Amino acid sequence: MEKYPGEALSSKKMKEVTHEKWNPRVKYAWSCGEAMSRFLNELKKGKLIGRKCHSCGKIYFPPAMFCKFCFKPTDEWVYLPDTGKVMTYSISYLDMHANRIEEPILVGVIDIDGASENMGIMHYFGEMSPDDLTFGMKVKAVWKPEGERTGSVTDIKYFKPLEGSE
Amino acid sequence: MRDVACVGAGMTIFSRRLKETGKEMCFEAVRMALDEAGLELKDIDTVVCGSAPDAFDGIHMKGENLLDGCGGAKKTYMRVFTGGGTGVLAPIAGWWHVASGVSDVCMVICEEKMSSCFPHPQSAFGHIWDPILERPIQPNLVWIFAMEMNRYMHVHNIKKEDIALVSVKNKGNALDHPSAQLAAKITVDDVLNSEVMAWPVQRLDISPPSDGAAALIFAAGDKVGPITDNPVWVEGVGWCIDSTMWTNRDLYFPQYVAKAAKMAYKMAGIHNPFKEIDVAEPYDPFDYKELHHMEGLLLCKKGEAANLTREGVTQRDGDLPTCPSGGLLGVGNPIAATMGVKAGEIYWQLAGKAGKRQVPDARTGVCQAWGDLMQYGSVMVMRS
Amino acid sequence: MTRVGIVGVGYTDFRSVTPEVSWKEIMYKAASRAYHDAGIDPRRDVDSFITCAEDYWEGFSIFDEFTPDQMGAVLRPMITTCGDGIYGLANAFMQIKTGLMDIVAVEAHSKISDLITYKDVVLFAFDPVYNRPLGGHPYYVAGLEMRKYLGESGTTEEGCAHVVVKNKKNAMRNPLAGHEGDLTVDQVMQSQPMFEPLKKLDIAPLSDGAVVLILASEEKVKELTDTPVWIKGIGWASDTCWLEQREWSRAVYAELASQNAYKMAKIAYPKKEIDFAEVDDKFSYKELQHVEAARLCPPQSAGRLVSEGYFDQNGAFPVNVSGGSLGCGNLIEASGLQRTLEVALQLRGEAGTRQLDCETGLALSWRGVPTASGACIVLGV
Repeated sequence: MEKYPGEALSSKKMKEVTHEKWNPRVKYAWSCGEAMSRFLNELKKGKLIGRKCHSCGKIYFPPAMFCKFCFKPTDEWVYLPDTGKVMTYSISYLDMHANRIEEPILVGVIDIDGASENMGIMHYFGEMSPDDLTFGMKVKAVWKPEGERTGSVTDIKYFKPLEGSE
Repeated sequence: MRDVACVGAGMTIFSRRLKETGKEMCFEAVRMALDEAGLELKDIDTVVCGSAPDAFDGIHMKGENLLDGCGGAKKTYMRVFTGGGTGVLAPIAGWWHVASGVSDVCMVICEEKMSSCFPHPQSAFGHIWDPILERPIQPNLVWIFAMEMNRYMHVHNIKKEDIALVSVKNKGNALDHPSAQLAAKITVDDVLNSEVMAWPVQRLDISPPSDGAAALIFAAGDKVGPITDNPVWVEGVGWCIDSTMWTNRDLYFPQYVAKAAKMAYKMAGIHNPFKEIDVAEPYDPFDYKELHHMEGLLLCKKGEAANLTREGVTQRDGDLPTCPSGGLLGVGNPIAATMGVKAGEIYWQLAGKAGKRQVPDARTGVCQAWGDLMQYGSVMVMRS
Repeated sequence: MTRVGIVGVGYTDFRSVTPEVSWKEIMYKAASRAYHDAGIDPRRDVDSFITCAEDYWEGFSIFDEFTPDQMGAVLRPMITTCGDGIYGLANAFMQIKTGLMDIVAVEAHSKISDLITYKDVVLFAFDPVYNRPLGGHPYYVAGLEMRKYLGESGTTEEGCAHVVVKNKKNAMRNPLAGHEGDLTVDQVMQSQPMFEPLKKLDIAPLSDGAVVLILASEEKVKELTDTPVWIKGIGWASDTCWLEQREWSRAVYAELASQNAYKMAKIAYPKKEIDFAEVDDKFSYKELQHVEAARLCPPQSAGRLVSEGYFDQNGAFPVNVSGGSLGCGNLIEASGLQRTLEVALQLRGEAGTRQLDCETGLALSWRGVPTASGACIVLGV
């Protein structure tokens, strides 16, 4: 069979064919539940909090009320330092709407110190150039001033290189 | 467990924008599959639809809206969905419809209409993120793949030049695929000079969003005779999901793909995948993913896939032809409808119907899809 | 081939709002209870997991991503069915019948209180070219269907009001229900007209809740429980998706689905061979339409029979003893599992003051406006 069915359209043609538009009104307010509520409240206070499972000893960050490996409730809240290591990173020339940007966004996964292995979160990097970013680099959170914090992951502005580390 | 064989397949062209509506694309693919198998809709007793996020087509519960084009009206019809993994998970669902004895002939139809989403399908991806941990960071989907690619390259010390070879191979292979959207002869330099999206991902490392639909027909072993003397048997299926928290994982190896592959190989009685498999279609939305998934599919040791590519092992005339269809990189990436270049391709290869893409003497093949937030693997092994 | 049975049930109660738990935590609650009930460890004993969800109810594209952790499914086989809970049970049933899986957990939940613009999302399911541009509150489609059904069947609005009275009274005996009430037919008839002839009390209010059922192969059923509930038959079907082309007065999808379930269960006379039923009643008239579609009473007679008490708990054929959606709340995709749960509890003898004397029960679901799709399951001891 040489020709499979379907008629391709160029972006110009796309504007010419008949179409119907709709902008859905879709709004949600998700209950955060116990674990995330506490997590966000602690962020507002400028702190990172995790949760420990006594059965397997894992310290979860971000916290969860149940251990997904033991399938039991976790047992204890644990405060964690706001430092960590770069697990992986990217240098992005695209913003969230796929628009090109001049100044790249530095983003990555930071494994938080004190939590179990590979317990990371995604966040920005700042006060460094793209060339400074390396795997395993030690970083520290830079927080918004207390009055500006709202209980969101963006209460941390970004992670910067930890002073005194290589 | 009943024997189940694939007896027909169909697919539309993949294109950034197709004129057809979602229902029409489904109809085209289903009609093509029915024609190949010499069957009519009345011969089908169950229909399984696979389609990824409703946000693309812009219809809540889109499975319900598509059902007439899928052939599901007044029939036993359902939709399954595991993000990008749907391309192989939907045929697996079709398999269990028949293998369980509930159905004799099952139509599996996958569809995606990403072009409906304005201004760009990327916007629909804005809603895959966790609302508390991730959306406030305003991430772009490419970031997470870039992070996974970077980690993979770092752990195994793999160079972009070697990864780019996959894009060159697949886009080249796609020149022989009638549905291909982005088939082209490109070079490694073309890839390395293409626009940086989010380092280390560049434009030619990525497969494009597409519209498309694909269909497969599965029949029970004792019903296959009258339909075809060239059935392709489903010998192994496996699927596996990993934790939601992708930031709590070391991304260099897709453990969930390995688990799914082990499940499928065990069922198929495969002990040495590299030797026993003649053709492979791992999921390749990015060039590094083909390598990542080859290792996940246990076709080679961790970190070695790039070497095999460099040595030409994965070319159509190599020892393990990989993505002979041209894959997502060459043909297009309409999420669930990629079934056409994964399960569909393996079917056509093993049935000897792959035309210019044909791998000689292909008797055993494996296809795989990957989905969600880098957490889902679905694998199917077929034999002729 | 092996038989398939239910070995464990787990559930939360059904309430209008659940602000103290996230969607993950509500799933975890129901799942933990189900595993405890079955006496199994999900990390060791469960072979496959199935969840039933649609993205737009939850607010995530690819909701599948957010399901494994709270079910115990990390690094295990899991899929999402875009359907009501009984569709999920169908997949589990098939997976076990292939012989590939022995124990499968099926989950469905409603966290619909998280969705602020419910009617806009339901409207979003309408055909974008032919129906959606008309706008309006999508439930008008149910009003149209009710009007046609009443006209064709001779059922009266009072008959539908009897369904509301019955189900809300039944819900008084269901500790899980959130919308119980002691009403009269007059009160229902005088409630605010909404989508004529639908009145406010004819429409099931929304509720949150989660239900998890654990299915197992015959061999495992015998190991795990002394009170197995067997799946005798299961079917699911869709009429056409087109509003313009469908049969408005009959629930054709329910006829097809129940037909398939009866065929599998080798049931020739459903009225005689089934003892009670839990059918979808997101709108009062739907209960009557579904009971007729499943051939549990003579055609076009359900409206008359409900007024005579035929479907009451102490009637000849109890329907929706749990209170149904009118009494428990519309649980969206979890509705079918809530019905199946009630059938299972009844057959196990665990239905408290709602307990019936029964051996075979039926649960039937509908996916709601604007679909014409539903599933049916027959359970027996």
